[in-house]
Amino acid sequence: MKWEMVVGLETHVELATKSKIFCSCSTQFGGDPNSHCCPVCTGQPGALPFLNRQAVEYTVMAGLALNCEINRYSKMDRKHYVYPDLPKAFQVSQFDIPLCINGHLELSGGKMININRIQLEEDAGKLIHEGGKILVDYNRAGVPLIEIVTEPDFRSAEEVVEYLEKLQGILRTIGISDCRMQEGSLRCDVNISVREEGSSQLGTRAEIKNLNSFSFVQAAIEYEFDRQTGLLEAGKPVFQETLSFDSVSGKTLNMREKEDADDYRFFPDPDIPAIILSEEDIKRLRECIPELPEARIKRYVSEYRLPEADATLICKYKKVADFFDKASEGLKNPAVAASFILTQMFSKISTEVAREQWASPIPPEFLRDLVLLLEEKKINHNLAKNIFTKMLEEGKAPKSILEAEGISTDEVIDLDELCKSAVYTNPGAVEDYKKGKKKALQALIGNVMRQSRGRADAEEARKILLELLKE
Amino acid sequence: MSRIVQLRGMLEKKQISCRELTESYLERIEKQNGRLRALITITEEEALQTADTVDKKISKGEKLRPLEGIPMAVKDNISTMGIETTCASRMLSGYKPIYDAHVWQLLKQQNAPLLGKCNMDEFSMGSTCETSLIGGAKNPHDTNRVAGGSSGGSASSVAANMAAYSLGSDTGGSIRLPASFCGLIGLKPTYGSVSRYGLFAYASSMEQIGPIAFSAEDAAIVFDVISERDTRDMTSKGISEKTHPQLGRSLSGLRIGISDEMLGSAGDDVSRAVREAADVYRKLGAQLVPVSFSLQKYVLPVYYILSFSEASSNLGCYDGIRFGPAADKYDDIDHMISLTRSMNFGREVKLRLLLGTYILSSGPYDVYYKKAQNLRSIIAKQIKEEIFNHCDVFLSPTTPFTAFKSGTNLSSENNGDSYTTMANLTGLPAISLPCGYDVDNMPIGMQLIGKHFCEAQILNAAYMFERETDGAFLSRLETGYEI
Ligand SMILES: [Zn+2]
Repeated sequence: MKWEMVVGLETHVELATKSKIFCSCSTQFGGDPNSHCCPVCTGQPGALPFLNRQAVEYTVMAGLALNCEINRYSKMDRKHYVYPDLPKAFQVSQFDIPLCINGHLELSGGKMININRIQLEEDAGKLIHEGGKILVDYNRAGVPLIEIVTEPDFRSAEEVVEYLEKLQGILRTIGISDCRMQEGSLRCDVNISVREEGSSQLGTRAEIKNLNSFSFVQAAIEYEFDRQTGLLEAGKPVFQETLSFDSVSGKTLNMREKEDADDYRFFPDPDIPAIILSEEDIKRLRECIPELPEARIKRYVSEYRLPEADATLICKYKKVADFFDKASEGLKNPAVAASFILTQMFSKISTEVAREQWASPIPPEFLRDLVLLLEEKKINHNLAKNIFTKMLEEGKAPKSILEAEGISTDEVIDLDELCKSAVYTNPGAVEDYKKGKKKALQALIGNVMRQSRGRADAEEARKILLELLKE
Repeated sequence: MSRIVQLRGMLEKKQISCRELTESYLERIEKQNGRLRALITITEEEALQTADTVDKKISKGEKLRPLEGIPMAVKDNISTMGIETTCASRMLSGYKPIYDAHVWQLLKQQNAPLLGKCNMDEFSMGSTCETSLIGGAKNPHDTNRVAGGSSGGSASSVAANMAAYSLGSDTGGSIRLPASFCGLIGLKPTYGSVSRYGLFAYASSMEQIGPIAFSAEDAAIVFDVISERDTRDMTSKGISEKTHPQLGRSLSGLRIGISDEMLGSAGDDVSRAVREAADVYRKLGAQLVPVSFSLQKYVLPVYYILSFSEASSNLGCYDGIRFGPAADKYDDIDHMISLTRSMNFGREVKLRLLLGTYILSSGPYDVYYKKAQNLRSIIAKQIKEEIFNHCDVFLSPTTPFTAFKSGTNLSSENNGDSYTTMANLTGLPAISLPCGYDVDNMPIGMQLIGKHFCEAQILNAAYMFERETDGAFLSRLETGYEI
């Protein structure tokens, strides 16, 4: 029997607002325990929420970027459950009228993943187990989150990972989240069931909670698919349960059986008036959405003739793509600028986080000037590489590096002239070449390079010299 | 007839120092509080410190702000940093808040000497003050009787001149009812006039903080200070125009609605006193308009369903983890929480929390909560159409009866909230003011409900009534002119 997995995803994304969803405390990651706290986010009696408008706008932007309909009337609801990391004993979330509904994200093969809803809510605190005690850190409590819920449209772990990568790229591009899985600003719950291929019925699903890396997502789905098919093949039932993924053993573990659904006693939060969005609000937010990675990759490939792999890599980091766009202005061949970024700059700025932040030592204009010199044939590729290395080290413009090296770029190199001069001034070498000493050509090229102070293109020079020597 | 204006005048003319004035209040507290249980916590040091600050200002000849140096008390569900705030519950015994409520911040800026925290029904759940952990506040007019609730201590303390004025909170009538029982003015502002930031929540969509005072003018002065807009409460809108300068305007042409059914459902003494008050208004040039309100019988059920639901959510945080003396022997965390809540909440609170939890669970939610929510908007619409389309102010008794003996069991259909709660469901401002005495010489209160954010109108109507009747019904216990 052939089995098919059916997977749906709930992705939690922390919004990159400066302050928390209901108070002015900082959302910055880290900090001493309970140092980003106030009466509101620790749920002191009598404290009241004040909804952060930016969190609402970011949620709407996510919805627009993911092709959602935006509910112009929306509201915040209280979801009740008891856990020490939840200061008020309820989480403020959205129940029946989330801000965004009915969106989709397209995978590379053209497959659509339907997005059921995107809701705004608050994060909880964190429990720390220390010396037999359980301590609570409320620094994360009240950080705004969006939950993006898909339909059960995935049929493989690869699809899930591709979706997550694309989602990450989109959300980073619109600037609403840094989507760092290692810091928990993007994490997901996977709903997975298994059924006979071709069946239209859904199997009993299990939920794997809180996966915080792409590789864990992939491993957890694959493990769980095998586990569930194993059960079914052995004629055993799959139970509806909540699982956690143990990254060490690579197995999913039962957290609690979910026999009867929790009753969260949702009701509209009386402290937060309904959220009303005008057409103008939505229009303004739509205008805030920059070119999304998918469109950008397409543009780079079709207009800039970049290899798709290069385009994809550049578009993975919005700031890199922005840098590239600036560096490409007025260039005949932006692919050259791309290759400088992907080779020399990427080896210098090597971690994911650093590339996201893209603290480039030079402005994009410097790279453009360098490539222009190449295109105008004022320098050759080798020299350009060396100069770029120095530019990155010293943060200087190509012209000033060249000046420091004593190389003038004021005039265009007339390679024909230089080659002719090499031939006339080195009759010995010409003689040797004609006698069959092919090495003598090298001496002539060297002469051309010396005359041009290293700026000439050696390959071009070889071609011209060969033509001249035929005569 | 303003006690506040009079005291401030004495301070400014240096007839008495603020320390002396505050000490005189503290002395009366010391003498009477044991008997009246009006204050849960007495904050002598805080009061005297503030008094000294005020005295320094006076000695420099600086002008005093409206409430500067006037000793007062605050209900024990209003957050006062570093000063125990317990909601009269074992659950919060010993809890010292880490921040100030907006209203207390405003009063602090005025250098208002805080004498203490007022007794109340546990978490404001009650209308007699008797669900308090320490027992109910007594009515200074007859200590065998209740002060009313839930802000019983706020009323008792002012009636016994243990505070010049006080702050209470009103979720279903909790300011107006004790004010009425104790012969005082009690103002429940429009929902949104006063910030709830720092008010320990019971039913968030209905409650407001407001003054309990000796006279309408006092209530206006206090209201003007505490109604400053607060950006920390999304439901706070503040008040655009001060009310105090608007007192004394003629009532000629004012349309006062009055409901015969409502008057008929009140006790004889009460309805007679309110009818006589209506005559006074007629004399003042107001026009009496008969109105009726057909959904009156749904007001209390809707109020109960919604307020219990909100309470069950608002009080979820009291679980022994962050607040409350936690149970020490338990199997797991759920067990610990359940033991802690069983141990630290009183009977009335448990009853309301259980009902509220039930109402919000799926199933009952549709049957009760949704229906009540719908009814609430229908009631609001009806009140607008049947009452306020015909008049500016609606006059009724505050309660069907006067203060009763402590320990009386009230049925839920007749607990004294039946006339007051409509203002909470609709957010309308309402004031209770004394208008007579019953056969036992207990004060009778009448209620004026105004249109949204028309506090000035009902305060003025109360003020004009007082002036016309020469203050005859103001609390006779202490004139306020003696120190
Ligand atoms: Zn905070």
